[in-house]
Amino acid sequence: MTDVPWLVLMIVVPAVGAAAVAALPAAREALARQLALAVSLLVLLLAVLTTVAFDPGGERFQLTTSVAWIPDFGVDFALGVDGIALSMLLLIGVLVPVVVGASWRDTPLPRPGRPARSMTAFWAWLLLLESLMVGVFAATDVFLFYVFFEAMLVPMYFLIGSFGGANRQYAAVKFFLYSLLGGLVMLASVIGLYVVSNSQLGEGTFAFDALRQLEIDPNVQKLLFAGFFLAFAIKAPLVPFHTWLPDSGAEAPIGGAVLLVGVLDKVGTFGFLRYCLPLFPDASRDLAPWVLVLAVAGIIYAALLAVGQSDMKRLVSYTSIAHFGFIALGIFAFTTEAATGAVLYMFNHGIATGLLFIVVGMVIARGGSRQIRDYGGLAARTPLLAGVFLLAGLASLALPGTNSFVSEFLVLIGAFPTRPVFTIIATVGIVLAALYVLLMYQRVMHGPPRGVLLVDEDGPADHGAADHGPADHGAGEHGARGGATAVPERGAGGATAVLEAPARARVLAVRDLSGREIAVVTPLVALILVLGVYPQPLIDLVSPAVEATMSDIGVDPGGSTPAAPGSTGTGGTD
Amino acid sequence: MGAIEAPDLSYAALAPLLFVFGAACVGVLVEAFTPRSVRHPVQVTIALVGTVGAFVATLLLAGTEEVTAAGALAVDGPALFLQGTIAVLGALSVLLFSERALDPARSAFVAAAAVPAGSVRDRELATSERVQTEAYPLASFAIGGMMLFTAANDLLIMFVALEVLSLPLYLLSGLARRRRLLSQEAAVKYFLLGAFASAFFLYGLALVYGATGSVRLSDVRVAVVTEGGSALMVIGLGLLVVGLMFKASVAPFHSWTPDVYQGAPTAVTAFMAAATKVAAFGAVLRLLYVAFGTADWTWRPLVYALAIASMVVGAVLGLTQTDVKRMLAYSSIAHAGFLLTGVIGLGPDGTGYGLAATMFYLVTYGLTTLGAFGLVTLVRDGDGEATHLSQWAGLAQRSPLVAALMSFFLLALAGIPLTSGFTGKFAVFRAAIEAGAWPLVVTALVASAIAAFFYLRVVVLMYFSDPAPDGPTVGVPGMPTTIVLAVTAAATLVLGVLPGAVLELAESAAVFVG
Repeated sequence: MTDVPWLVLMIVVPAVGAAAVAALPAAREALARQLALAVSLLVLLLAVLTTVAFDPGGERFQLTTSVAWIPDFGVDFALGVDGIALSMLLLIGVLVPVVVGASWRDTPLPRPGRPARSMTAFWAWLLLLESLMVGVFAATDVFLFYVFFEAMLVPMYFLIGSFGGANRQYAAVKFFLYSLLGGLVMLASVIGLYVVSNSQLGEGTFAFDALRQLEIDPNVQKLLFAGFFLAFAIKAPLVPFHTWLPDSGAEAPIGGAVLLVGVLDKVGTFGFLRYCLPLFPDASRDLAPWVLVLAVAGIIYAALLAVGQSDMKRLVSYTSIAHFGFIALGIFAFTTEAATGAVLYMFNHGIATGLLFIVVGMVIARGGSRQIRDYGGLAARTPLLAGVFLLAGLASLALPGTNSFVSEFLVLIGAFPTRPVFTIIATVGIVLAALYVLLMYQRVMHGPPRGVLLVDEDGPADHGAADHGPADHGAGEHGARGGATAVPERGAGGATAVLEAPARARVLAVRDLSGREIAVVTPLVALILVLGVYPQPLIDLVSPAVEATMSDIGVDPGGSTPAAPGSTGTGGTD
Repeated sequence: MGAIEAPDLSYAALAPLLFVFGAACVGVLVEAFTPRSVRHPVQVTIALVGTVGAFVATLLLAGTEEVTAAGALAVDGPALFLQGTIAVLGALSVLLFSERALDPARSAFVAAAAVPAGSVRDRELATSERVQTEAYPLASFAIGGMMLFTAANDLLIMFVALEVLSLPLYLLSGLARRRRLLSQEAAVKYFLLGAFASAFFLYGLALVYGATGSVRLSDVRVAVVTEGGSALMVIGLGLLVVGLMFKASVAPFHSWTPDVYQGAPTAVTAFMAAATKVAAFGAVLRLLYVAFGTADWTWRPLVYALAIASMVVGAVLGLTQTDVKRMLAYSSIAHAGFLLTGVIGLGPDGTGYGLAATMFYLVTYGLTTLGAFGLVTLVRDGDGEATHLSQWAGLAQRSPLVAALMSFFLLALAGIPLTSGFTGKFAVFRAAIEAGAWPLVVTALVASAIAAFFYLRVVVLMYFSDPAPDGPTVGVPGMPTTIVLAVTAAATLVLGVLPGAVLELAESAAVFVG
């Protein structure tokens, strides 16, 4: 099976699917989304087959393809995966069909006085995004990586800008410009690498394996590292380069938000591991303390801001920034355990936060508001939804038994021996995580019904229908939301005050999860639980690649793969 | 006194020039001797035959390296490559000129240019289907001048070419059918400032002649090597550069650009933005590399500073524009800066990627910007083209295809990968970094990010905003504009995805003779 170009197929299939969907007339929306689902499931199948064809103990890069692309620049269309990249491809394969299912009944934000817009473009952009995301992880040519890295912005820009919330224009442009600025600075470093390779190897190249052999002057390394690092730190995002994410995460349609924090932002941390560390080992070692300061500051700062958020999507975005701090801590601690934990974290965060975003989206679809204070007492009416919400939240705060625990634990025990102070500070983030997750859960799901769940006896009761879900109309401004006549005035600072239901109001009927929604959340719930108790397959998949990366920067891998915490086996694979 | 000997001319090597100038002369005769009713189709045909013939001739001549006309003209790789580029851009521009389906009066050119704007006669003629067909021979002369400009191996020929390409452009700028006053203002402004710039060039020429004793580029180089650079020569070079940079609309010699681009008929603007840029940079490259390549200290700091100024001015002032044509004008100024970044990439002993990269960038930029201006001609309201940005709001809902194409061109101008703009930028930045110009490239990257903002703003307007109730309509283009848009869009895509062949061509053509 190894001679099948799996990676090329994984790029081409969604791209062709996107073209096919885009060619459909706007009225054929149903066909468009069916096609999108079919294509994304096919890509999932391809991802699984790719994993089967991959030998974790084999060469570092496998399933390689290389075709000369632009000979004058020394650029090859070179693809190949190591365990880390493959885990990201699996994540893409899983998340995209889930996102298609979660967005099944989304509609664009209605505009007064104008006919409803078609969602066909949404499905086309989504598939194109999938194709480019696969490319960015599968590229082994730095130039090709850069091309995918930048091209990826365009579909996401249109997903946010065309199908997002009320403030979508601002969010889309901010997203694009931040990423583009980072990318352009990286371009300078990419060209710089080429020039160095030209002088050392006699022929300029962008091939990762060749560039890894270069002996770069430490000062030049620092400059080149800075270019790559800035791009990845904006992408990942690390504090203080993070300010675009809460806006984009809040304004993006749920499907876009899941892919944004679930996969797109992982390109940043993936880039640290794949490019910053192996290509610039000296600079990485010298500058690691500064990166760790940013990482740990992000863990605490973003968690504190998350506690203070009133908008659920913004809250989830801030939690992601905190999680990216953990991943960066794991990567720049320079131990095999911590780096393995960071890679697992990248995968698990995609699953857990993806589920959290999707569940939040389901709540919003029922209530039409993103504000926490507009909800209360949902659990009594939607027990299933509440259960999944809780599970997603617990996975997000890394409770033992969920997948995230494994990765967070590995990061912390792995980082402690080399970076005790940073690790101890980072643990504070765990406490804050419990605070923001549980507070949100409690306010939305428990207590007496309030906010949008209350309607006047004679008021229009058009909110509830679960499958009627507008993305997140009304973007939360309280007074602006039509139909929310039952929200009473409250005193300043009284956001958490328990509100008595006005006498004339009745509680809106809210449907629990529909069959489609159950089908959407089930795979993610299953992954959270399975990987929570048995993460070993994933660890085995990524360990060789992590060890290879660590040996690139001169860290002795120690010879054994880390065992999953709590498991009784030694975990050694050789 | 002996008889003056006629210089030896290699007619074959001059075939591209002969085609275009021949077409221009025939065009003038047609204007004089054929009835008005058949003039338009005949003129279009002649102009197209001239430009396409010139393009074919450059293809056939590929590989030629000779100096002819007693050393005054160099027919070499860069000259032929750029002549071919100019011929293609010229042919596409002529097609844009000939569009008759968009304007209700069936042409974007005025019926009679000499009638005072706003007079009774002018208003009568506004809806007349008469058209000033001199536009075609004028364009042919301009194209011929541009092609001569890139082959000029002699400062005097260079000056003659400069005038031959400029004078028709001054006139063409004033031929807009709508907004006559704006158009005439553009023509006068362009003429006055252009004449001023020509004077600078001429003065520089005189000083360089004084310092080196020759106007032949190769002799200048020899003189520079043997005698070293004198103050006289450096000042002369500076003045020459000023004259050329004016044509290339490089800041701080750019002040005419937005006004002229806005006032001129859009098809002419497209022509100026694309072809003039190619010609001007062709001359800049030849002057700096051939005559002063061995003494690059004389121009490197100057070009370095001009590149930074142009990128910053173009990107920053572009942010404040509310008119599509003015915005594209500032974009053209910023791109002139990026092109100069490529010019910096001249390595020691004439090596380095600078020449090939700059030539490749000229191809990509010319085709993309031509396409973008071509789309501007489609968006119209009752008063002609609707160029105010606010009128473009919600265009994606009126015409998804036009909005998609425009977004594609704008993303290419912003330099997003998988478009020709990115490959072009990459080529010039690589050339500059190889020459050690790190700070310049970082400035260029920051300027690219700033410029991306105003390109994106148009995309935002077209896609994410609601259309105004009385917004413009999108005209259905006739065959000529459709061809132009198809060719430019295809080129923008192909040069972004598979640029290998053209890059190789530029690389192999990047050797000057003389």
